[in-house]
Amino acid sequence: MSFDQKTVQNISNLARINLDETAQAKFTSEIDGILEWVHQLQEVNVDQVEPLVSVSIQENAERSDVVSDGNIRDDLMKNAPESAHGFFVVPKMVE
Amino acid sequence: MTDLVELNVSEALDLLNKKEISAVELAKAHLAEMEKGRFLNAYITETPERALADAEASDKRRADGIARPLEGIAIANKDLYCTKGILTTAASKILSKFVPTYESTVSQKLIDAGTVMLGKVNTDQFAMGGSTMTSYFGVSKNPWADSNGEYTLVPGGSSGGSAAAVSAGLCMAATGTDTGGSIRQPASFCGVTGIKPTYGRCSRWGIVAFASSLDQAGPIARSVKDCALLLEQMAGYDPKDSTSVNKGVPNYVAALGKDIKGKKIGVPKEYLMEGINPDVKATWDKGIRLLKEAGAEIVEVSMPHTKYALPVYYIVACAEASSNLSRYDGVRFTTRVEGKTLDELYKNTRTDGFGDEVIRRILLGTFVLSAGFYDAYYIRAQRVRRLVYNDFKKVFDEVDALLTPAAPTPALSYEAMKNMSPVDVYLGDVFTTPASLAGVPALSLPVGVSKEGLPIGLQVIGKHFDEETVFQVADVLEKSAGFQLKPHRVKGA
Amino acid sequence: MPYIIEGKTGNWELIVGLEVHCQIISESKVFSGASAKFGGEQNTQVSLIDAGFPGMLPVLNKKCIEQSVKTGLGLNAVINKYSRFDRKNYFYADLPQGYQISQLYHPIVGEGFIEVTTDDGTRKIRVERLHLEQDAGKSIHDMSPDKSFIDLNRCGVGLMEIVSKPDIHSPDEAGAYLRQLRAIVRALGTCDGNMDEGSMRCDANISVRKVGETALRNRVEVKNVNSVRFVMQAIDIEAHRQIEVYENGGTIAQETRLFDPVNEETRPMRSKENANDYRYFPDPDLLPVILTDEYIESIRASMPELPEAKKKRYQSELGLPEYDARILTMDGDVSAYFELAAHGRDAKKVANWVMGDLFGYLNKHGLTILESPISAAHLGGLVDLIQNGTISSKIAKEVFEEMTVSGKSADVIVDEKGLKQVSDTSAIEKMISEIIAANPDKVAEIKAGKDKLKGWFVGQIMKASGGKVNPALANQILEKKLAE
Repeated sequence: MSFDQKTVQNISNLARINLDETAQAKFTSEIDGILEWVHQLQEVNVDQVEPLVSVSIQENAERSDVVSDGNIRDDLMKNAPESAHGFFVVPKMVE
Repeated sequence: MTDLVELNVSEALDLLNKKEISAVELAKAHLAEMEKGRFLNAYITETPERALADAEASDKRRADGIARPLEGIAIANKDLYCTKGILTTAASKILSKFVPTYESTVSQKLIDAGTVMLGKVNTDQFAMGGSTMTSYFGVSKNPWADSNGEYTLVPGGSSGGSAAAVSAGLCMAATGTDTGGSIRQPASFCGVTGIKPTYGRCSRWGIVAFASSLDQAGPIARSVKDCALLLEQMAGYDPKDSTSVNKGVPNYVAALGKDIKGKKIGVPKEYLMEGINPDVKATWDKGIRLLKEAGAEIVEVSMPHTKYALPVYYIVACAEASSNLSRYDGVRFTTRVEGKTLDELYKNTRTDGFGDEVIRRILLGTFVLSAGFYDAYYIRAQRVRRLVYNDFKKVFDEVDALLTPAAPTPALSYEAMKNMSPVDVYLGDVFTTPASLAGVPALSLPVGVSKEGLPIGLQVIGKHFDEETVFQVADVLEKSAGFQLKPHRVKGA
Repeated sequence: MPYIIEGKTGNWELIVGLEVHCQIISESKVFSGASAKFGGEQNTQVSLIDAGFPGMLPVLNKKCIEQSVKTGLGLNAVINKYSRFDRKNYFYADLPQGYQISQLYHPIVGEGFIEVTTDDGTRKIRVERLHLEQDAGKSIHDMSPDKSFIDLNRCGVGLMEIVSKPDIHSPDEAGAYLRQLRAIVRALGTCDGNMDEGSMRCDANISVRKVGETALRNRVEVKNVNSVRFVMQAIDIEAHRQIEVYENGGTIAQETRLFDPVNEETRPMRSKENANDYRYFPDPDLLPVILTDEYIESIRASMPELPEAKKKRYQSELGLPEYDARILTMDGDVSAYFELAAHGRDAKKVANWVMGDLFGYLNKHGLTILESPISAAHLGGLVDLIQNGTISSKIAKEVFEEMTVSGKSADVIVDEKGLKQVSDTSAIEKMISEIIAANPDKVAEIKAGKDKLKGWFVGQIMKASGGKVNPALANQILEKKLAE
């Protein structure tokens, strides 16, 4: 697998990170190096092995349907870089 | 007075109970020491006013006869724990102005246990790193000087600020978090003790997430007993964290002081890896010998998937992190760098707000989840994770605990680390990530010393929810190792 | 009769699958304790979890599981005993976590079907899956020329996404599917089905192909069409657009478009929706949902009668025609009203009143059945008065009008206004005698054989009595008198 500059452009766009040419080159080579190292996992036989998603043994972590939260608008807005009239504010979005 | 900052938690509790010292005296001594130790850069935020108020209230409760289990003990919180009304940065620029309106479950439990908070300690940015070098607030210094007597060594990480502060007497104990070794490795580098409990033992609620399926809270302190005292208060079921487990918390201190005759201790042969530092190897041998002398049966075991744990860990942790860190977007609680469009705002904010290591991991994580690569990387990693998990399940049918090194080397210097490739840095987690992937409890305690006079820790790993055996074995090891060295007391600037 | 669009180059058929988002009826949100109620003041029904604050963790609401299972059973579907949550990753201002918690790999409900009736008969439309997920917040764009405002009240409300197979072949069928689905979730109390409030939303996947082709062509997803009528319209418009493109030698790209009901067109979305890679993976903050047979059976046991079963019962037990039965069972409130009104009465007569005068009145005034000024018991009472001859059908219309105004019962109105039919023979006889006496010439003409004039007499009687005379009785007495 070669992790190339085009891939890093696509990935950084998905992750909403700006990378200039220099940064692209740097991360491309670093991540390519990591992936090369990760490649050793290919030698493991994983036929019939189920992926392990969680090691928690808790079951039925569910709550009852009661309203127990909310009405904390001041708390929500306290650290907001921009807010007005009880809304978070962002540049105008299209559609 | 100066002796107060050398007290262990258990010793201090004793003196507090006998009214020989007060919580206020204890807090003041630590605040003074913190001032002298500022050059270590262990703290991101010091909270002296809060500490004194906590201490006064604590003394009053003790006087009123309603002292709680850790009444008056001066601690620090890793800056990943959200603390109500107190800056919580995750050592990042993007959260450099974030003041939570809520308190994490674990730090709240410590408040409820009577502790006094001295401040928030440094960490690698979003807990991503093994040195605190990725912190936006600068690297912390290991209080253990190099052979030239200079403070050039890293404290390890990510809970490097915690370990450095505990080691240097800038707090009596500290909270840490451990995703792939972030409590155990810095404990080893700084000559202190830290435990990552079983996944699900401590609530993750209110702790800035790195990798949700791996993150666990735990204490760093100056003795096994102190860790037991702390963990007992930090642990417990929390209905606000679906992965926390509804199981009673045992009396961990009661597990201490019991002999380990007949206990089977596994020594996994795969942990004897190429490149392991000879002093680390010697310390491991010493640990094995000490446990044997204490009556334990040493069993060589095989855990064939050990070497795959590290790449699995980096895929899983980065994948989860790439998603967990999407919420830092410049809209609700982070810094913001404006942009003409929303997307520009996101990109400008995140590029400015995240450090290189965080960006590297977000990119890697985004890649392994992306279309066309998900099965080959992420799913394969999760399958191998099960094999690593099964290795533990199998050996624990045979043995009561495992003994391994905590880190392949003693503390490294910044200079050395600066020039290492990401993969070489990641290799520092080789002994700690297997237990993380399996979710089993693991403790690191100082057992040996390198040629340069630096501490070397060993790791005791136990079965799921069997922290008691881990404490029991570590306690025996601690007593027999007689590790008495301490870093030079901070002389002050 | 299959729905075929005739093009320049031949006949085309339509292939549609619908993805319907149903907001779950619950007190609190699916992963937080904030209120799920519609329409609170901005950002007041938001928890730190909904707003994606650092260290916040989701905890699943039991009720949302129950509602999903119930709906799954209502769709005749397989309930998966193992399901799990996945994260769908994308950036948007109304999605604070940067991912939506959904179920891609292991949905809670698997395959099922809905029986749908159109003028062409009844067909099964297969349902592919139902999965549980969280709703997003709302962005308001018209408060400032260069800013958008974010309200997270709706963010985190539980949604059931119900995905059909591409089994729908006409706009009518799409409409019938949506109406039937809405009837089911309403009957179950799992979603209120209000498309105008956005608690039920529909995306349509539309493609066309030449009659006789077996492969599917590229499909276009038309997003967020928010009424049954618009869905039908959007499908029709999009199908014709695609055919025109194909017939002019063009190709259809797999893309997402928006329906514009004002200009009656679909147009491509400007956002990068099409280029997204959602990077789904299992949410490590949540555990799998494991359901037992006992649990599923206990929910099955609590299920109310569903529209389809009810419709069949109305046909077989109440003798209603299929059309009436279908209309009356579309809405649980309507069928409840109808059953109360029809209890112990001639069901067809009651059905006529409900579907005729009552629906007419409610439509005209934009009311729902629950807001009807005439209670079911009162409507039943009105029918009783006609059945036992107290009033005529004609008077009944008048009484009905009055009932909508005053809300009084039919017999009270009949009493107050003296609208009771006169069935007292002597009074009618007296009236008829007077009319006969006043019109000897007309009597003579009748006797000479001009039978038609009898109708004129009846008219005079009705006029004199203000319409209150029982017409049958009047006829009978008139015959007798004329024969004297």
